[in-house]
Amino acid sequence: MAGSGKAHLRTSDDVLIKVENLVVEFPAGRGRVVHAVSDISFDVLAGETLGLVGESGCGKSTTGRAIMQLPSPTSGSVTFDGVEMTKLGGEELRRMRTRMQMIFQDPVSSLNPRRKVKDIVAEGLSIWGSKVGTFSADRVNETLEAVGLDPEIVSDRKPHQFSGGQCQRICIARALVLDPKVIICDEPVSALDVSVQAQILNLLEDMKARYGLTLVFIAHDLAVVKNVSDRVIVMYLGKMCEVAPPDALYERPAHPYTKILIDSIPEPDPLKADHTQAVIGEIPSPISPPSGCRFRTRCPNVQDVCATEEPVLREIGAGHYVACHFPNEAPVRINA
Amino acid sequence: MSTPGASGMPLLQVENLSTAFRTSRGILRAVDEVSFTLEKGETLGIVGESGSGKSVLVRSIMNILPRTALIPPQTKVILEGKDTRLLSRAEAKHFWGTQIAMVFQDPMTSLNPVKKIGTQITDPLRFHLGMSKSAARTRAIELLDLVRIPEPARRLNQYPHELSGGMRQRVIIAIALSCNPKLLVADEPTTALDVTVQKQILDLLENLQRDLNMAMILITHDLGVVAGRADRIAVMYAGRMVETADTKALFRNMRHPYAEALLKSIPRLENPSHTRLDAISGRPPDMVRPPAGCRFASRCRYAQDKCVAELPELTTAGDPDHRFACFFPVGTPEGERALAANLAAGQTATGLDLHAQAVS
Repeated sequence: MAGSGKAHLRTSDDVLIKVENLVVEFPAGRGRVVHAVSDISFDVLAGETLGLVGESGCGKSTTGRAIMQLPSPTSGSVTFDGVEMTKLGGEELRRMRTRMQMIFQDPVSSLNPRRKVKDIVAEGLSIWGSKVGTFSADRVNETLEAVGLDPEIVSDRKPHQFSGGQCQRICIARALVLDPKVIICDEPVSALDVSVQAQILNLLEDMKARYGLTLVFIAHDLAVVKNVSDRVIVMYLGKMCEVAPPDALYERPAHPYTKILIDSIPEPDPLKADHTQAVIGEIPSPISPPSGCRFRTRCPNVQDVCATEEPVLREIGAGHYVACHFPNEAPVRINA
Repeated sequence: MSTPGASGMPLLQVENLSTAFRTSRGILRAVDEVSFTLEKGETLGIVGESGSGKSVLVRSIMNILPRTALIPPQTKVILEGKDTRLLSRAEAKHFWGTQIAMVFQDPMTSLNPVKKIGTQITDPLRFHLGMSKSAARTRAIELLDLVRIPEPARRLNQYPHELSGGMRQRVIIAIALSCNPKLLVADEPTTALDVTVQKQILDLLENLQRDLNMAMILITHDLGVVAGRADRIAVMYAGRMVETADTKALFRNMRHPYAEALLKSIPRLENPSHTRLDAISGRPPDMVRPPAGCRFASRCRYAQDKCVAELPELTTAGDPDHRFACFFPVGTPEGERALAANLAAGQTATGLDLHAQAVS
């Protein structure tokens, strides 16, 4: 996209989260505004994993947080299970948030270093337990076991006694303990080693199946996003570039930016490793984003029209949408 | 080991390097008897998980360890024939920085936030090379241009917070290159960066290394990062080197089960989504009380009784450049038999449940 549009929204009854015309702006002093997210729309079906992928500063984390109303978006609508989240406040919003949880990038700093693991995991229950009627030490132990930790060994320890991967397991247990419908995973494996990353990705898939979760998975590594997602949105500078099922996205990346993201992933095979052109330059400032298509300043396919007209998402294949005036090798239209 | 270069002497020779730390729980052996050589202009990739000792290894070479570090006298670090461990303080002062330079993982914290970029680049030029203020400034602009920072002259007056992560890492590379080092050590230079920026920085390092004929040690936890870029790879696990070979030979005939597992744990773009990843179960051993046998045995699918009892040394099979420390190497008849026996039994000699591993 770096464009807008709603062609990709679905009308299924299973839509659990629907985000329309989401705009998030932050004041940057002296009257300037950071355009973190600019007019994006998407939906997430129940039981689906939606991947949000893009570089730092593309607005993917802001989008994830806007779903949680952390903070509330500048404008636009977020509906969760039919309830308009942006209109809620106070007690209602807090109650709603028990059904959505977040997992963050740095597992070590997102745990309180002075509390015991059992208290960290139980905190949501101790606040909400009496109201949702599930508070018990058993529930905490059961959740710890589900994420692969032995409650007898870990319950009385503190976060510094654990490795990064184990801390992320604790964070996942904390998110699961209230039996949420949705978990928003904000770069949950970026700070981990590849070997541990595989453990955590497998765990998230297991937890999704076991608890019937819907996931919003945010990451900058397309290979990781592809592995866990049912649908992927590629974001750039607060806009959406491409929406597609992960396999189609990799086989036929239509947006030049998606192609660059794919080419940037290191090839773990020296016999295949090629040296394709890296993306040129840096992401522009979100304070004064480029006119028209926001990606045009770094785009290899750029033409004059890109500076004046913002591309709108259009369908180019089954469930495959792109916002680009000059997409790469237009794939075969399946149901045009 | 590589064959000696034209001069007959490798650039860097590391022999029996061991580093330990005194902790409240006892002696922690971070690096255990690692030896390797590096030729001029060669790139060595050191791969391993957090805690495998790869950062301590290069910090030992750079001599930038905390005072609590214990290095036994048989450890030798020889750069161009000179044992760096025997340097006097006065000699060492101009040795590091001009001979070996280092780039660290976190570009956000390795620059001084209250000093201008210009000062941070010209400081080593003036200190090590005795350049005048104006000559150093001219050279600094050249260096920023070399690492492809746009508008280099303007950048000299900027502070680190005004630059993005990728730009800061370029500045750090410029500082490292300022005194024309013979060896550049890059410790996870791209781990904190986006994939797109990672590619730019790795391409930049590769081009600079070729143009300046500099040797490089590239440290990473991701085999994918070094696969297309290093001439040789050394895989480390729990403080020991477990396999080392020419990059292509290593990927063609991976021998150590840990190296194989590390490669398999990378999510591959060509696999369909929801492909189950081959994670390595368990965790690295406690280095205060390392196991008597092979340190990977408790997580290894090939482990036999011998692995628990004996510590394997680096050996070769055919190719003298390809060394590995394993009794039952991957892709050999012994290895195949060991794995088949373990799969039939459902568990390894260390009690690792192979069926459970397939599920979790």
